[in-house]
Amino acid sequence: MTAPASPTTVRGETLLDVDHVVKHFPITQGVVFKKKTGAVKAVDGVSFQLRRGETLGIVGESGCGKSTLARLLMRLEKPTAGRATLAGRDLFAASGGELRRIRRNMQMVMQDPYTSLNPRMTVGDIIGEPFEIHPEAAPKGSRQRRVQELLDVVGLNPEHINRYPHQFSGGQRQRIGIARALALRPEVIVCDEPVSALDVSIQAQVINLLEELQDELGLSYIFIAHDLSVVRHISDRIAVMYLGRIVEIGTEDEIYDRATHPYTQALLSAAPVPDPDAREHRSIIRLRGDVPSPADPPSGCHFRTRCWKAQDICAVQDPQAVPRAADPHPSACHFAELRPGP
Amino acid sequence: MSQHAVRPTPASPTPPGGHLLEVRDLHVEFRTGEGVAKVINGVSYHLDPGETLAVLGESGSGKSVTAQAIMGILDTPPAHISSGEIRYSGHDLLGLPEEQRRQIRGKEIAMIFQDALSALNPVFPVGWQIGETLRQRLGMSRADARRRSVELMDLVQIPAAARRLGDYPHQFSGGMRQRVMIAMALAMEPRVLIADEPTTALDVTVQAQIMDLLADLRRNLDMAMILITHDLGVVADVADRIAVMYAGRIVEHADVRSLYRAPAHPYTKGLLNSIPRLDQRGGKLSTIRGLPPNLMRIPSGCPFHPRCPYVQQVCVDVVPHDLVLGDGRTSACHFAQEVRDDRAG
Repeated sequence: MTAPASPTTVRGETLLDVDHVVKHFPITQGVVFKKKTGAVKAVDGVSFQLRRGETLGIVGESGCGKSTLARLLMRLEKPTAGRATLAGRDLFAASGGELRRIRRNMQMVMQDPYTSLNPRMTVGDIIGEPFEIHPEAAPKGSRQRRVQELLDVVGLNPEHINRYPHQFSGGQRQRIGIARALALRPEVIVCDEPVSALDVSIQAQVINLLEELQDELGLSYIFIAHDLSVVRHISDRIAVMYLGRIVEIGTEDEIYDRATHPYTQALLSAAPVPDPDAREHRSIIRLRGDVPSPADPPSGCHFRTRCWKAQDICAVQDPQAVPRAADPHPSACHFAELRPGP
Repeated sequence: MSQHAVRPTPASPTPPGGHLLEVRDLHVEFRTGEGVAKVINGVSYHLDPGETLAVLGESGSGKSVTAQAIMGILDTPPAHISSGEIRYSGHDLLGLPEEQRRQIRGKEIAMIFQDALSALNPVFPVGWQIGETLRQRLGMSRADARRRSVELMDLVQIPAAARRLGDYPHQFSGGMRQRVMIAMALAMEPRVLIADEPTTALDVTVQAQIMDLLADLRRNLDMAMILITHDLGVVADVADRIAVMYAGRIVEHADVRSLYRAPAHPYTKGLLNSIPRLDQRGGKLSTIRGLPPNLMRIPSGCPFHPRCPYVQQVCVDVVPHDLVLGDGRTSACHFAQEVRDDRAG
């Protein structure tokens, strides 16, 4: 397989720049005359950069907006506000040929390998379908060879090109989804919970495959997941989302060893550790209550209703994700501090 | 637990030396149009009062089917229990007529499921659903059942229980729905609670809340618990003993600490090595090669042999028996001791 479009560029340059992206889904009432009565603030002002060759992990619990964010980046949803550029091209303003070129450069791997592949298409047709939309990516005569190459790259038997999805196991189907995402030689792949539907022993195989592909092809990943250990394993930097916002972002060490946001600390403390000897030493931060509805988020800091540090200022003033005295990585908390050691 | 002394004296006390619940050499097959899938192939485990046994396995390993057999809720057909014994405080459950099994189900052994949304009835208020058991099984009046439902909802820490009695399942969050289901399971004050992936559909912070709750309830009500899960982290947090299942067999059985310290079956070892750890970054994950077997064509000899790094000719030819390793540990591997002592692998 050949290298992506620009192999000479330096690792570290910003490839994807996301700036204050907002997505509000309107809540309407009435059948004929729909009246807007509110909005679900799924993504509420998210900014981050993805550098070339890196993996940005995005973690958060259900309803935090991480999947909506992925769909916005893929232009499957229209943003309410905000800007994003991919390799200098405006992501949200693009249309027609420009949008096709952008999409060619950014592909997606979905969570559920059982529903994201059309059961009536052969594997060859599934992986080759992107070439129908982007015929310039592979001339007609060479497509079958290219699909077989892709099967080989993701560790499947190229001779199985005429099989149907149901003839493959979950892990193999996820490989098919990855081959489809690689077909157009994109620079960025958005992975939305790519291993959470897989068994533990298969999960490791797919994670290793994603890492090998990144090394070989210089890919950049946005890796969305709720499993904190998986995210730590694969990511260079991590963004933690809560109720539509990024509350903390930093390198893998900064987030896992030096988190300063109370939500990140609670999330990390709650993750089960596969070591029975750690049972007694663990101090889990127990959060009160449930995540508030994104249709009616709390004023000021969204996390304040469950936070043990909350003061009056938290209800009034929105904390910005800026470097804090406790540790110089962005954390959206007025009282950002390191968690005292165990 | 409460002012209500609803628990009847058990039909017969645990026989001296016997276990509260015991599964002996259970075999279950699914007879389908395409052939016979051997889903459970000789599973034995036991549970004593007050302890937590984790049954760990991947999809298709048979961990849930065993639990359904204990509860007597297997879908027959296609499922058929071809042999084996399930004993609950002296009774042979499989030999009991359905009416007597019904007396044990819920009252002595209760179960909670992974997906609370589909396990609850969407068209009835949760208070009514919790109360239904009390009215039907204990013959409580509506008012008593209502009062007791509020108590149970308090017990599982649902805030403002009295006000939420009339709410429908969709008005609760995932974690709260799971609490409702736990409340229903506790209504009859069972002595055994089977929790089938109780937190798999939940977020980590909510998962921690629910596991805490289950641990507290188990302690305070002196229940025994079977925790069915695929999550090695959850097991390490709460279980006393663990049984690891693969292709319908228990391949390793040990107390949790010894198993995590030195697994004695290559499958357990492979699983423990293949999970990414929160406290360490990067590197290549070690994997278990290949795929779990098709249960209609289970490999000869040891069912794990096609994926096993320790495989020898004997593994292809001979089905390994449970090797006893001391401290009540067993491993169904011809090379159990070597695997346990091989710290490098």
